[in-house]
Amino acid sequence: MPDHGPASLGKVAPAACGAWRLAALRMGVPLLAATALILAAWTAAGSAKAGFLFGVVLPYGSLALFLGGITWRVLYWARAPVPFAITTTCGQQVSLPWIRSSPLENPHTRWGVAGRVLLEMLAFRSLLRNVRHRWVADEGSPPRLVFRASLGLWVGAIVFHYSLLLVLLHHARFFLDPVFGWIEGISRLDSFFRVGSAAFFLSGIALTAAALYLLGRRVTDPWMRHLSLPSDYFPLYLLLGIALTGGMMHYSTRTDVPAVKAFCLGLAALHPGTLAGVGPLFHVHLALACVLLAYIPFSKLAHMAALPLSPTRNLPGAGRMIRHRNPWNRPVPVHTYGEYEDEYRDKMKAAGIPVERQAP
Amino acid sequence: MPFDPSPRDWLEPTTKFAAGRWSYSAKPKALNTLGFPNPRDWSPAEPDWKLPDNWKEIILQGLKERMGRFRSLRIFMDSCVRCGACADKCHYFIGTGDPKNMPVLRAELLRSVYRGEMTLAGRILGRLVGARRLTPEVLREWFYYFYQCTECRRCSVFCPFGIDQAEITMLGRELLNLLGLNINWVMDPAAKCFMTGNHLGITPHALKDNLEFFVDTIEEITGIRIDPPINKKGAQVLFVAPSGDLLAEPGIFTLMGYLLVLHQSGLDYTWSTYASEGGNFGMFASHDLMKSLNAKIYAEARRLGVKWILGGECGHMWRVAHQYMETMNGPADFLEEPVSPITGTRFENARTTRMVHIAEFTADLIHHGRLRLAPERNDGYRVTYHDSCNPARSMGLLEEPRYILGKTCRHFHEMPAETIREKTFCCGCGAGLGSEECMDLRMRGGIPRAEAVRAVREKHGVNLLSCICAIDRAVLPTLMERWVPDVGVAGLHELVGNALVLDGEKPRTTNLRGEPLGGGVA
Ligand code: HEM
Ligand code: SF4
Ligand code: SF4
Repeated sequence: MPDHGPASLGKVAPAACGAWRLAALRMGVPLLAATALILAAWTAAGSAKAGFLFGVVLPYGSLALFLGGITWRVLYWARAPVPFAITTTCGQQVSLPWIRSSPLENPHTRWGVAGRVLLEMLAFRSLLRNVRHRWVADEGSPPRLVFRASLGLWVGAIVFHYSLLLVLLHHARFFLDPVFGWIEGISRLDSFFRVGSAAFFLSGIALTAAALYLLGRRVTDPWMRHLSLPSDYFPLYLLLGIALTGGMMHYSTRTDVPAVKAFCLGLAALHPGTLAGVGPLFHVHLALACVLLAYIPFSKLAHMAALPLSPTRNLPGAGRMIRHRNPWNRPVPVHTYGEYEDEYRDKMKAAGIPVERQAP
Repeated sequence: MPFDPSPRDWLEPTTKFAAGRWSYSAKPKALNTLGFPNPRDWSPAEPDWKLPDNWKEIILQGLKERMGRFRSLRIFMDSCVRCGACADKCHYFIGTGDPKNMPVLRAELLRSVYRGEMTLAGRILGRLVGARRLTPEVLREWFYYFYQCTECRRCSVFCPFGIDQAEITMLGRELLNLLGLNINWVMDPAAKCFMTGNHLGITPHALKDNLEFFVDTIEEITGIRIDPPINKKGAQVLFVAPSGDLLAEPGIFTLMGYLLVLHQSGLDYTWSTYASEGGNFGMFASHDLMKSLNAKIYAEARRLGVKWILGGECGHMWRVAHQYMETMNGPADFLEEPVSPITGTRFENARTTRMVHIAEFTADLIHHGRLRLAPERNDGYRVTYHDSCNPARSMGLLEEPRYILGKTCRHFHEMPAETIREKTFCCGCGAGLGSEECMDLRMRGGIPRAEAVRAVREKHGVNLLSCICAIDRAVLPTLMERWVPDVGVAGLHELVGNALVLDGEKPRTTNLRGEPLGGGVA
């Protein structure tokens, strides 16, 4: 039996995690790696082979790795069967007709399941539930365990992902000619404010801020610091590097936009052009983006494809209503009723319990 | 001091087991009965675990096989973003402060080995990507932490990808079982269940004796003698309860409640001595053992020729019934779609598995006015309700019990919203962690639940914690005694049994516990 009350637990728990020296190492190594990438790209930008490297190898290579990798990853997941319907039910089941069920939290139809998965994908439904525990001590009474809604991660993740989406959409400008009207429209809304002559893209700022927030909570929260790996910091550094170089090109240094556009259109048309006259900043931007793209399928960033396949979310909760088949269902040893009765027959008869056979 | 004040790199295995947080090893006898590998005398506290020489090969081969059989495992191994949303959702993390009790790190214990042994990036980059090799120390750590998870699934509610540590624990324990690394509190009941039909090893004649004792008690209280049928061929319904309710307080009062409702409803039903267990400790060892123990229920339903199955109040039993049973041992085409012969209600939601929860059955009876109730008999109780993990998060049985409580008790108060329904906190003792030797773990894991009870006791004077799980009934009294004394524990059907007015019964002077009506608790 623990001889200290629940009170003593809370105070110690958070501080117990997240030693700084180790964490610094885990943050530092991927930072070095990202810096090395930046320097390498900067240096390579001026080399003789730059055209081939940045015009062919990086963009097509990373795209191939991304497409091939993510297809392989999804197929690898999908190839394994789902033996049981292990839905996590987060609301009332469908049962008696006068009890209202939760069609989205505990769906029992295909539409309900689709709705649930969409809510998770588009609104990060489960993150929205987040609460954190705290011990609160009032004067003179023992500390109490309380829960407080904790929406920071939800807000951070929503802003992060939607601004990422917007930023990607903006980039379609470079690959399309003419640009789709709706993309122009989004860009116009996004760049409502102006800084001098440059359009001020809210999405870019939001993406940077959200990425900094996600990085910040890994660094400052003791639990997060304790559990985070170098591979958790690395993509954030890459992304911040991309956002930073993008911002620098957009707001300060002059970048030959028509040249970049010509280059991108060439890429899209499979006629790689040249980056002659485009500064090294763009080379760095491009290289980091390509590395990130190629990195997705082989890291936790593959999460982008996991949700629709996740068996706790993409199956109906009505386990007793809908038959679920296990393709590898296999025989197991059972102790049959016959064997059981053989062992207990006399006692069963003596107790007046009916038996199948009077003797073995 | 309960916490390691400077936890190291979590990739370093934790091999020191804290006192009271681990369970004794399974006895060879149980493993022999079940045909499980490596039966031997050993202790987790000893340095030598008496493993086969090729233990590493066995585990890695086992992991590979399971990666091939469970999509869940593949996805859960690959897609965690370590966002930490699940971190403090685990009662064991809240109660112990041990970082490896954060669900995300519990999963990483396996994930790191998967990366280190089975992925290219992991083999090359090692610790940079959180990869490590499988060593004897890692194995010790698996044992320690996979037996500090009650498979309650609370973490999975909060995870943006639905990553379910319960699934990882189940498969992790399956791997440990390949080497004979199991605990007695799981394997001994499982072996008994295999042989006798129930976890407690109650023999057929003893089962009958127990039921007769309850019948006598009911007669004393109500003046009515009821006659529960046993192994009756041709009954319409097979009734299966968790065997815990047959043996110990307060479960036995719940069982008397079942008897009263079943009697008064006039349902043509039968108990079975062979399928005398709804619970399934096989689930805490391997999917195969789960199937093996569960098979008895359909087999017995077929032998007795019943139309459908009714199940008592048990937590993990209902996870099995709702999410595994029909897939494993179905199709249940020899049964009929369940219809209540009393109300005519068709239990659509059980039309394939053909097993109905007694809370559904009773709620339907009450809704149709088929039970006369005197809720004032429960006036001595100020009641709150603990959603048992599995009916809440693996089924969604949330409103039925509340409806019944509303009709059978006049003083009902909910615990704080973050601790009930799908967010309910575990009793801290499920999945085989209810032994005496892991008491420290149990009392710590139960803290969030106990704190929520304390809140309603202080605010509303709650003195009774109701629940629909036999493990709850076995362990919550100890938990209450430790953290919130003066709060009793009761199954839902105990309260129904108190309130139910049987035809022709004499005026009652006591509740099912033999306490004067309207009196206090516990
Ligand atoms: C489908 C639904 C999705 C959900 C629920 C989701 C959720 C999350 C969460 C919870 C994080 C963790 C933030 C953190 O603490 O670091 C994250 C990070 C991230 N996600 Fe997603 N995501 C989804 C789709 C996507 C997609 C489609 C992309 C496309 C590229 C993406 C790219 C990223 C990136 C780059 C990060 C930052 C990585 C990091 O923090 O290390 N996600 N996502
Ligand atoms: S909530 Fe899910 S994704 Fe986030 S750390 Fe936990 S298991 Fe990983
Ligand atoms: S299933 Fe329950 S006990 Fe296991 S890690 Fe998740 S919250 Fe903790």
